[in-house]
Amino acid sequence: MALTARDQKSAWMMLLPALGLIALFILLPFLMSVVLSFTDQRLVPNANVPTKFVGIRNYERLWEAGAFLNAFFRTATFALLVVPLQCFLGLCAAMLINSKLPMRNLFRGIYFLPTVISMVVVAAVWASLYQREGFFNYALQGISFGAAGPVDWLQNPYTAMISLVVMSAWQGFPFQMIVYLAGLQGISKDLYEAAQIEGANRWQEFWNVTMPALRNTHILVAMTTTIFAFKLFTQVQLLTQGGPSGVTDTLVRVMYMEGFRAGKVGVGAAAAVVFFLVVLIISLIQRRLVKEERAIQ
Amino acid sequence: MTTKGEKLALNIVALVVAAIVLAPLFLMFATSFKGDEQQILRDLGNARAFLVMPQDFSLTNFREVLANTTFPVLRYMWNSGVIVVSIVVVGIFVNSLAAFVLARMQFKGRNLVIMFIIAIIIIPMEAVAIPLLLMMTQFGWVDTYRAQIVPFIAHPFSIFLFYQFFATIPKDLDEAAYVAGASRLRTYWSIIMPLSLPTIATVAILQSLEYWNAYLWPLMVTRGSDVRPVSLALAQFFGTPPPIWGDIMAFSVLMSLPILAIYFAFQRWFVQSSISAGVK
Repeated sequence: MALTARDQKSAWMMLLPALGLIALFILLPFLMSVVLSFTDQRLVPNANVPTKFVGIRNYERLWEAGAFLNAFFRTATFALLVVPLQCFLGLCAAMLINSKLPMRNLFRGIYFLPTVISMVVVAAVWASLYQREGFFNYALQGISFGAAGPVDWLQNPYTAMISLVVMSAWQGFPFQMIVYLAGLQGISKDLYEAAQIEGANRWQEFWNVTMPALRNTHILVAMTTTIFAFKLFTQVQLLTQGGPSGVTDTLVRVMYMEGFRAGKVGVGAAAAVVFFLVVLIISLIQRRLVKEERAIQ
Repeated sequence: MTTKGEKLALNIVALVVAAIVLAPLFLMFATSFKGDEQQILRDLGNARAFLVMPQDFSLTNFREVLANTTFPVLRYMWNSGVIVVSIVVVGIFVNSLAAFVLARMQFKGRNLVIMFIIAIIIIPMEAVAIPLLLMMTQFGWVDTYRAQIVPFIAHPFSIFLFYQFFATIPKDLDEAAYVAGASRLRTYWSIIMPLSLPTIATVAILQSLEYWNAYLWPLMVTRGSDVRPVSLALAQFFGTPPPIWGDIMAFSVLMSLPILAIYFAFQRWFVQSSISAGVK
């Protein structure tokens, strides 16, 4: 089509609303975040004490305070636990509803439900399961014939993180399930027929046909889930407030506590920059690993 | 192929997974319909947590929650509705229009804009929240609907989804419309958009879930109940000790009902939208 001068102008006119809003509400605050992280900006500015440039002091503080490093490792621990669990559950569920199961559409509809429920609701419901007089302690005592005493799941430093992991995996796995399901349905039937002619059993079929064919799906699911995991905040804020003794603290929570609650915008912005770098690194690894199949003309 | 034993095993596993998925939801609904708080506390400690006996059935919790003037649930749900509908409706126009230009029009700098949009997708909302709050304070937008709507209308990932879909529509359609004298805007509105209903649904569902469940941003930018969304309100209701489980669950049920209703009505599209989000 002819490249007319009118087209040029109208193209930019039609792009303007989207690009203007993105520049103002994503790009600008992002750049501000970087700049503010080198200043001592406060949330409520004091007219007598002007904001000044402080170099990398905020980053040094984060590093030295220990709380931030702790939060970083706790978030990474959460990701390390929840990502394999969620991917494993997602793959199992996807294979279940991809098999010759009767009423599999009904099962698919049921399995997808947790993801539709808000994390705030999920946290409230699971809090009642985790409480001292809750169902999990009842089940634990039943299984151990009363030998194991009740556990304060969310207040005990040894169980708090794993409790959050299990709850988050329950809420999140349907997402992985659906992506795996799409991956499974993309595998050619011929491969399975060939495997059967070769006399492969189910186990060999799974390891030699299904798993290699899902390579890109694995990377995609693992990386997306890892980024999700690093954004951990809502369930922590609701159930443990980072406790007990900091074992469930997270990067986003440090950012929120420093930048918003304590009003130290500079420190919060520094935390946000580090958080962004983590997300960026994971995204770059993903793009490196997945051979670019999406054509961008 | 599949043996009888395998089939039986499959069925059992499928039912066990269904039970694990449904149990917390049963607990939520069952508890919300139990009127006696003492009874609830006893039931939560055993398997009766997941069931409601006919003699225990009552609507007391719902009556209490709906009559609570400190936490006006319906007001919060209305707030969330206003915010979500505004973002989704305005967002669909703004984002699809940008994607239309990128996918169907030739202009200098097009590739640069596409690369810019794809790069911006990586920036998570959490990373810009604090400077954004400073901006809201400057604009005088703290504690308004605007602060919860306007920053989220333009959505790079939605632009990307629309762009991907528009690129698959045959170009002949535009050519024909162009020859017939239709303007670009007219082509977008009467030809491209009607063909894009599945993508519109996908974007609408992804955005609705995200903003109906929003927590961090409203926590920072709202003060009173006038514009506070329901997710944050539930979080605060839940965080006010001691927990009154009957009321908390009734609140949770009320908050979940609209989303569940939409889910059951458009189940297939939910699944579709989840795949799109995964391809990010």
